[in-house]
Amino acid sequence: MELIDLTLIWAAIIGFGVIMYILMDGFDLGVGILFPFAPSETSRDMMMNSVAPVWDGNETWLILGGAGLLGAFPLVYTVFLPALYIGVFLMLAGLIFRGIAFEFRFKANQSRYLWNWSFFGGSLVASFAQGAVVGTYIQGFETEGFVYVGGALDWLTPFTVVTGIGLVAGYALLGATWTIMKTEGQTQEWAYRLAPRLLAAVMAIFVIISIWTPLVDEFVAQRWFGQLHVLWVLPAGAVLLAWIQYRAVQKREEITPFVTTMGIFICAYLGLLVSKLPYIVPPDHTLWDAASDPGSQLFLLIGVLFVTPVILAYTAWTYWVFRGKVTPDSGYH
Amino acid sequence: MELDPLLLSRIQFAFVISFHAIFPVFTIGLAAYIAVLEGLLFRTGNPEWERLSKFWTKVFAVVFGMGVVSGIVMAFQFGTNWSNFAYASANFLGPVLSYEVVTAFFLEATFLGVLLFGRDKVPKGVHLFSAIMVAVGTLISSFWILSANSWMQTPAGVELQNGMFQMTSWGEAIFNSSFPYRFSHMVVASFLTGAFVVAGVSAWYLLKGREVDLNKRALSMCMWLILFIAPLQAVIGDLHGLNTLEEQPTKLAAMEGHWESKAGAPLILFAIPDSADETNHLEIGIPYLASIILKHDVDGVVPGLKDVPADERPPVGPTFWSFRVMVGIGLLMIGVGLWGAWLRFRGRLYDQPLFKRVLVAMIPAPFIAVLAGWFVTEIGRAPWLVYGLMTQAEGLTPSLTGGMALFTLIGFIVVYSVVFAAGLYYLVRIVRTGMEEVEAHDEHPEHHRAKRPFSAADVPLEGDSGAPATAR
Repeated sequence: MELIDLTLIWAAIIGFGVIMYILMDGFDLGVGILFPFAPSETSRDMMMNSVAPVWDGNETWLILGGAGLLGAFPLVYTVFLPALYIGVFLMLAGLIFRGIAFEFRFKANQSRYLWNWSFFGGSLVASFAQGAVVGTYIQGFETEGFVYVGGALDWLTPFTVVTGIGLVAGYALLGATWTIMKTEGQTQEWAYRLAPRLLAAVMAIFVIISIWTPLVDEFVAQRWFGQLHVLWVLPAGAVLLAWIQYRAVQKREEITPFVTTMGIFICAYLGLLVSKLPYIVPPDHTLWDAASDPGSQLFLLIGVLFVTPVILAYTAWTYWVFRGKVTPDSGYH
Repeated sequence: MELDPLLLSRIQFAFVISFHAIFPVFTIGLAAYIAVLEGLLFRTGNPEWERLSKFWTKVFAVVFGMGVVSGIVMAFQFGTNWSNFAYASANFLGPVLSYEVVTAFFLEATFLGVLLFGRDKVPKGVHLFSAIMVAVGTLISSFWILSANSWMQTPAGVELQNGMFQMTSWGEAIFNSSFPYRFSHMVVASFLTGAFVVAGVSAWYLLKGREVDLNKRALSMCMWLILFIAPLQAVIGDLHGLNTLEEQPTKLAAMEGHWESKAGAPLILFAIPDSADETNHLEIGIPYLASIILKHDVDGVVPGLKDVPADERPPVGPTFWSFRVMVGIGLLMIGVGLWGAWLRFRGRLYDQPLFKRVLVAMIPAPFIAVLAGWFVTEIGRAPWLVYGLMTQAEGLTPSLTGGMALFTLIGFIVVYSVVFAAGLYYLVRIVRTGMEEVEAHDEHPEHHRAKRPFSAADVPLEGDSGAPATAR
């Protein structure tokens, strides 16, 4: 089996799964974050209708990622989860509350405002927790051998608070540009007004994190300023995309803002990966340290290779079926 | 008092898994029932079957949705509270749990939408096929989960190297020695659960005089099923017990309440086990019967708890009593099945009010029996996490403190209470609303409707029962 490095294949699969999750659940979490600020209850109906058919498919990537990590990179799973114990709990609680809100909001009358808050709060908490995970990954984990030995709240630092807020803002931007694409009238106008402000916030935090990261992490500093000058393409790309988006919003284009937001996310994500690789449990453990047995990776790979195209096809089909604008009375009791 | 992260983690896992388990155990049975109804519809074209199927599909949608929501937590709990165990067993458990996700997703994602919303959009045969595939999907899902759990009870196909289980045989690990018994016990339990819930709800409608013909059909089907599979479950349980005797003798000793290993052991009906004094108080037993049941020999030697040191024994009281609750409910189920058969023979299956009231009262019984059964097998495994190879203490997350474990335990209890209260309340509303009103809603098909489990149930959450969901 030495001909192919299964660990690299798995790194690519998990890496792909993570960005799929971020982009897809990102916009529906973003819709939840923007929920209380929407101009009217009808807008909220439309926003929820726009994500209702697809959100649970989006969250399936999270479960797949969790189980896939355990199968392919158990060390990542068994260091990240104990280290982020409280954060993981908050994320799960948030996802449960917003999931239940999807189901019950349209069936509720008097208690509808409760489900609105549950949708907003759950989305906000889950997004912040995920952003904090990113920050914690940059910060690194205190391990002895293959075991996490740090404290329960080690992850909670000023840096991770900023990355948490950063992801909340990023998801909100995804949600706003999604709303531009999927709605019209008053709701779309509101999203058009919101998008540039969120974009400014995202870019500001992007700059703060870019300055801060090499300060908290020598390894990143060395890679950025020492070895890989070509890396500057990625932040430059993000800035360019932000500019395109700014113009597109002014010109009232409907699809470009969402696409460029996804592009910014991809730039930031790739930038993060090339900054840290091959360390997957920083600062001590590489991809290969974290990998499971090749036999297990192969056994799982067979199933994933067979099923992933089906999932992708099914996902694409779902988005195709529910394409186009959402109107106030379409959807979803 | 010092907070013990091990004890709190065990309570937390027990709570989360118990809460989660009641949903799949119901959906597996219900999915099979819906597939049967769709099959009958396909063959006979009788719209009555369609009405029954539509109604129970709505219940299925809600229960399935709650199962998914509560199940998300499970995938993360191994890592948060049992990271040493997760790391050690990742080579086996990782792929098995992933296969559960990908195979179940493959079938459910594709066919649940068609089952829920596609009745008028796809050919009848495709709709039937979807119903069957959803049922098969729930079975495949339980196949992987039961395989993983059985492996923890009777590990095989692995060897422990440097604190990590390395695979030696996938076949032996997946199809380990207790797996066939556990899987069939669980599948039959699911069918029994579905049968008792449908029977109980049908009986309730009959008592109220609603949709009489339809519910007579449903009740009749369920009573046939119960008559045959409740005794079958006892046989499977007995075979499972023999496997436990062989593989996990200490667990069996705790289930039976035997301290001394001895020949001609009695079957203990009642006792208060006392771990400190290593004895039973107020013991009532039938002489020789345990030896006869377990060894098929009056003088067969039945193992006792004292065969192993005190720190390798499970908590005896909970194991002993959970086992009796499970068996007691099982016997009750057989009794209800026979009673139904007797009434049917006399031609009075549908008109004895007492029988119908008993059926209504039996609705929670299968859930209690399933939970009790899980308690027996899981508590009885203590102190082992992977039987004979890794203890619960060894599997615990090293960095976990009692305070953290307590915080999340309380958190999950709060979150799940909200989910459960809302879900149960809503289920009761669906049942109260009944088939008549549900039918009326279906006459206004909505265009472009979202494919979501709960949206299959067009019952408002509040307001008068049966009022159309127009508050938009």
